[in-house]
Amino acid sequence: MKKFALAGNPNSGKTTLFNSLTGSTAHVGNWPGVTVDKREGIYRKSDESVYIVDLPGIYSLSPYTPEEVVSRNFIIDEKPDCVINIIDATNLERNLYLTTQLLEIDVPIVVALNMSDVVRKNGDEIDASALSKRLGVPVVEISALKEEHLDELMQEAIKASNSPRKGITVIQNRNLLHLINDVNIAFELKNIENPLFHAIKLVELDELEMKMHPETVETVNKFKATFENDIFGNDFEALIADSRYEYITKNYATTLKKNKKSKDGSEKLTKSDKIDKVMTHKIWAIPIFVFIMFLVFHLTFSEDLFFLNGLFHLELNNEVAVNIFSGMAYDGQALQGIPSPGVLLQNWMGFLTGKLIDIFRSFMPVGTWYTSLVCDGILTGLDAVLSFIPQVMILFLFIAILEDSGYMSRVAFILDRAFRKFGLSGKAFIPMLTGFGCSVPAIMATRTLEDEREKNRTIRLMTCFSCGAKAPIWALLAATGVMAGFAGDLFVFAIYLGGIACAIIFALFMKLFSKDRYVSPFIMELPAYHMPQAKNVAAHLWDKLKHYLIKASTIIAACTIVVWFLSNFGWDFWHNNAFNSAFDPNDIASYTFKLGNSTQYYLTEITNKDGVVSTIYNMKWSILGTLGQGLRYIFYPLGALEGGWAHGADAWKYSVSIITGLVAKEDVVATMVQLGLNEETIGLSIAGVYSFAFYNLFTLPCFAAIGAARAEQKGKEFWLTILWWLAMSYGFTLIVYWLGSIFSVVWWAGVLVALVLIGIVVGVGITIDRRNKSNKERIKE
Amino acid sequence: MLKKLDAIQKGETGLVKNVEGDGKIRRRLFDMGVTPGAKVTFRKKAPMGDPIEITIRGYELSLRKAEASLVIIDVEDAQ
Repeated sequence: MKKFALAGNPNSGKTTLFNSLTGSTAHVGNWPGVTVDKREGIYRKSDESVYIVDLPGIYSLSPYTPEEVVSRNFIIDEKPDCVINIIDATNLERNLYLTTQLLEIDVPIVVALNMSDVVRKNGDEIDASALSKRLGVPVVEISALKEEHLDELMQEAIKASNSPRKGITVIQNRNLLHLINDVNIAFELKNIENPLFHAIKLVELDELEMKMHPETVETVNKFKATFENDIFGNDFEALIADSRYEYITKNYATTLKKNKKSKDGSEKLTKSDKIDKVMTHKIWAIPIFVFIMFLVFHLTFSEDLFFLNGLFHLELNNEVAVNIFSGMAYDGQALQGIPSPGVLLQNWMGFLTGKLIDIFRSFMPVGTWYTSLVCDGILTGLDAVLSFIPQVMILFLFIAILEDSGYMSRVAFILDRAFRKFGLSGKAFIPMLTGFGCSVPAIMATRTLEDEREKNRTIRLMTCFSCGAKAPIWALLAATGVMAGFAGDLFVFAIYLGGIACAIIFALFMKLFSKDRYVSPFIMELPAYHMPQAKNVAAHLWDKLKHYLIKASTIIAACTIVVWFLSNFGWDFWHNNAFNSAFDPNDIASYTFKLGNSTQYYLTEITNKDGVVSTIYNMKWSILGTLGQGLRYIFYPLGALEGGWAHGADAWKYSVSIITGLVAKEDVVATMVQLGLNEETIGLSIAGVYSFAFYNLFTLPCFAAIGAARAEQKGKEFWLTILWWLAMSYGFTLIVYWLGSIFSVVWWAGVLVALVLIGIVVGVGITIDRRNKSNKERIKE
Repeated sequence: MLKKLDAIQKGETGLVKNVEGDGKIRRRLFDMGVTPGAKVTFRKKAPMGDPIEITIRGYELSLRKAEASLVIIDVEDAQ
């Protein structure tokens, strides 16, 4: 099968093109190894299928960022049959810069001119055939979004892949060309592949190249000594970058015909500029940011939409309305307000999965171990995970919309200054935002941070950002009785906000103990705002949903079986509930509670209407129960005691679910529900809710994320990260629980504390900054 | 008038004269199109005063004042 690579700038529509070409065959490349985010898929619409690799978005083939190195190595080492270079036609000049570098490699290239319809709409025009002539490679105008001319593009690419292409360069400085030629010939004689590309990189004194060809470096240096240029001296790197842009500017001028109307000199504000004026406003930017985040969580988790009930004391008694809003489960209770779309869908999903389990149970024999395994084990566990899908998806939907619209990079722009105070760059913000989705790609994304220390810090802070898999925990806790009324969404908001506040405090703490004040550069494109594209958002959501479903059907299902076994069997395997727990609750005639004879097993004898006696062992004495009771002592100071996390003796259940959460964070809720903890039976106090939530938030992430951290960090640093996660979560939760208990917190306290913490930190930061500045000024004087 | 890019003011436009700094940062600036001769226009400052946003080669680029101070520009006189 032929192999094509997709290369292009970030924001050039590369992902859209990739999704359009490969349809549902795409899968995200796995995390170990050198791929930052290399996706692979198959194009099937031509006679022969083509294997397509989506390389990370890059601006150049310099040796400085991992994405660039990955792309460069892929094209050179894996030798794709063709490189499709996607170019954003609305930003031709900078996009072509990468093209000029790709052209130097001996590989067939086809340029996909994306968004040319937008250019035309603006009244401008791009002469594609002239551009093709200049570049010497086919140029196809496409619209990745509207899927226009994609087949044509692929035909061209297949055609191009049949004939080899020799690298060419656009550099026109005669003296420099002379040197490049000499090195090129030397490389050709040595039978080095892609001689021109390597020659130019060597002349640039590219780090990677100098290591590969140390013997030729001398030639370049000798030449350099004799070389003089008016502007650049003998700085070849600058000279080469400049001659690329020089060429493009010339090229660009003749291929792009600007609409005469817009050429009158006065620059009109585009819609994007107008939006940006508000979103990055000096005063309003930060309140707007907080408001948007609040709205996202409110629409996802609120049980009382827009506080209508809180404000107007609406009580929904109408049976039909209650049925609709709470998922066909009218029990005579009035609804406390209209639920948000997230809660509404969750109610419905829970209703459906609940019904599904009932149907399964009705078809399976009563009182067998496999009925118990399927219904009480696997299905109940999966139900807990699956019923939260609507909420998780709605949260992802909002994040995807914010990302696709271009707002997310503005957030980095707005907050960079604050982040830098805490020893992080605004760039670290992007992995952190990813962390709200999933810690695994987020930790992988820290690879884009060039500075080792910044990378380590960012990885350690990652658990502060509540990942999607943790959302069900908050959703479950938010729905419990102690959160009475409309506080659920505010609790979730407080968890997210509190996480961010702690990230800031922890970062400051790390910075205090670091001697180095170096911060890596922040040079970032701010793409124009555009309407989020339903297709992009849907593709993104589908990706997440698929990932979630795969996880649910594999690792989580496996875990629920293990939990089922451990919670239904005692240490002697004899005392178990697997054979008799699935009786019909309506048939119970009488109970007797007993203490088992020779052993410590508490048991309940149940007699049904037919006089059949079955014995139920208290889960507390199962394998899991005893383990959990041991673990409970570890969590005792954090609230694993009566009145804290638990009603009576349930504390071990919370302890166990923390441990199963290591497998996958969805398992926390799956285990809790399997062990009989749900909205009604969860008996956390308010302080307990916060302590349990924050412990789960900050502690070790799932094994997959730990594995990702292991791949990114070397020896000691990795173990320090593990230690940090353990110590920080324990210490912080301890404080939360005891402060919370002393002041017997109410629902809004979490939000208030989070806001006050952020306020204090920002205040202290500004004071320190001012003092530093005035010190510097004093030194100058 | 020559000045550093971090001192660019509202409404100002200039041509890049020189890019200082070393290795990585300098190359990054080149790759993003900040090369001598390129036209830069001030767009805005972030709410906290840093980073700044400029228009260069037809797109919006944001960079910190620390990086911008490596770029020397020749500001056109206001018309």
